[in-house]
Amino acid sequence: MAMVEVRGLEKHFVRRAAPWGRPTRVTAVDGFDLSIEEGEIVGLVGESGSGKTTAGRCLLRLVEPSAGSFAFRGEDVFAMPPARLRQARRQMQMVFQDPESSLDPRMRAGAIVEEGLVIHGLGTPAERRGRVREMLELVGLDANRADRYPHEFSGGERQRLGLARALALAPSFLVADEPVSSLDLSIQAQIVNLFMDLQQQLGLTLLFITHDLRLVRHLCNRVVVMHRGRTVGAGPAADVDRLWGQISTGEPAGSDLEFRSPPDRRAAEFEI
Amino acid sequence: MEANARDNTLLDVRALAVEFAAPRRGLRASIGRAPRAGVRVVDGVSLHIARGETLGLVGESGSGKSMTALALAGLVPKPGRIAGGTVRFEGRELTSLREAEWRRIRGARIGFVFQEPSSALNPVFTIGSQVAEALEVHGRASGSAARARAVELLDAVRIPRPAARADDYPHQWSGGMKQRALLAAAIACDPALLIADEPTTALDVRIQAEILDLLAELRDRLGLSLLVVTHDFGVVERLADRVAVMYAGRAVESGPAREVLAAPSHPYTRGLLASRPGATPGRRLAAIPGSVPDPAALPRGCAFAPRCPERIEACDERRPGATAIAPGREVRCLLREGTA
Repeated sequence: MAMVEVRGLEKHFVRRAAPWGRPTRVTAVDGFDLSIEEGEIVGLVGESGSGKTTAGRCLLRLVEPSAGSFAFRGEDVFAMPPARLRQARRQMQMVFQDPESSLDPRMRAGAIVEEGLVIHGLGTPAERRGRVREMLELVGLDANRADRYPHEFSGGERQRLGLARALALAPSFLVADEPVSSLDLSIQAQIVNLFMDLQQQLGLTLLFITHDLRLVRHLCNRVVVMHRGRTVGAGPAADVDRLWGQISTGEPAGSDLEFRSPPDRRAAEFEI
Repeated sequence: MEANARDNTLLDVRALAVEFAAPRRGLRASIGRAPRAGVRVVDGVSLHIARGETLGLVGESGSGKSMTALALAGLVPKPGRIAGGTVRFEGRELTSLREAEWRRIRGARIGFVFQEPSSALNPVFTIGSQVAEALEVHGRASGSAARARAVELLDAVRIPRPAARADDYPHQWSGGMKQRALLAAAIACDPALLIADEPTTALDVRIQAEILDLLAELRDRLGLSLLVVTHDFGVVERLADRVAVMYAGRAVESGPAREVLAAPSHPYTRGLLASRPGATPGRRLAAIPGSVPDPAALPRGCAFAPRCPERIEACDERRPGATAIAPGREVRCLLREGTA
């Protein structure tokens, strides 16, 4: 059995046009399947609004899934009671798209990286400090800058800080949501190299959510294509163009469908 | 050469500099006594665009590419200002224009589209009325004539059923469609130059390709000159005749797009092209170490020297001048000086 097995994941949000309005159901994820072998990097691609970010967040239960199952090493994460889920999160970490909003501006870099270790009660303070230095160096940041605040780092450095935080717990499964799309080309290459090193050195298993097909071809072993909330294709990363082409052919360019904006993100505030 | 340039040149920028007043620091600053030193975010940039030509302006964030484009449209935000250089457009000097004069050129002779289509449209007016407004403010048409022309323009940017769609509000349209509407407004007054700042960055891959095709089509059909500001060499490959690569406020390399992409000369251009994914899957990418320098604390010599794999001692001391290495090709690198 694969390390990660997701079957029939669904996520619905309830939306009201106005506080007194009739609630309507918005389906963000509607039948998402995924399997990842240990040590594999799998790309998850889809257009904006296809539900790929929501699906990724559901895996870590940062938003609660509405239906489906997620077997992580054979255990259903979606059925875990809260205490067990907290333990399991040591194994599963997430890197967010936007380093600006996912780092607490009032915490120093070192404390940000250390926080997960404190929450999980790992190590003595001295051991934790050592681990923080090790993580900062691993992602190519100067460990002497651990007492700086996030705003003192550049965008690329903040993205690496988010990565150091995620890696501090030595997770075996990482979900990275567009981790390089906000970065400049030269910095993007540094992070992509780091992911490849981590896969080789630590055997990291990675779900890499992106809209950049070139990155999928370069970095990933396999790719899963999402369209309108569903998994519509999966295969070797080298086939990404063919798989991607399949979802595009259904809708001729300039058709009315293209007018439709992606589902309203504000809907996420009203979960069921 | 001069005579030829006079016939063909639409835009000629020489040694453009844009400066921002640095924030005051320290005690003297708090009582307003400290002199304000300017930070140059664009420093000595020269560009040239012929009629019908497309120039790609490439750089990473903080390179000054967007600020250069804004300067060409008289849109440098305060407290920034044009601190030097000349901008000749259709034979007229633009740097000394007053705001009232700018308003007759901007939107009329120079069109502009921005990265984020959603923030450039007003949510409470219909798309049609906003395209028509572009005509009305320049006195090209009004009332029902402006509305009819707006529908024609929406048709020109390949909006299906434009007459019905013109009454939609921006939130009813996807990002790609909104970018088309903004293109319609930008070409409404038949500009000679269209400046597109990261026109596809906020859009999905498939939509990106469509917008690039549309830009090329409009350029060819209307005889526009195009300045495309981008961080993506794919956009340059697809659209540009010539390219200028910017780093830390300076144009480090320029020339015919095909030649620069095939045989980059400046170590920075080489590094950027090599860091693109895709050549050999699974191979480590040739990342450029370090990050872009703070414009307020640039190195004394070449701004790229601290990250440069070919750096020699002199690079830390002296700023490289422009060297012509082939017809129409210039590079600012000490290692290339004397090779021409």
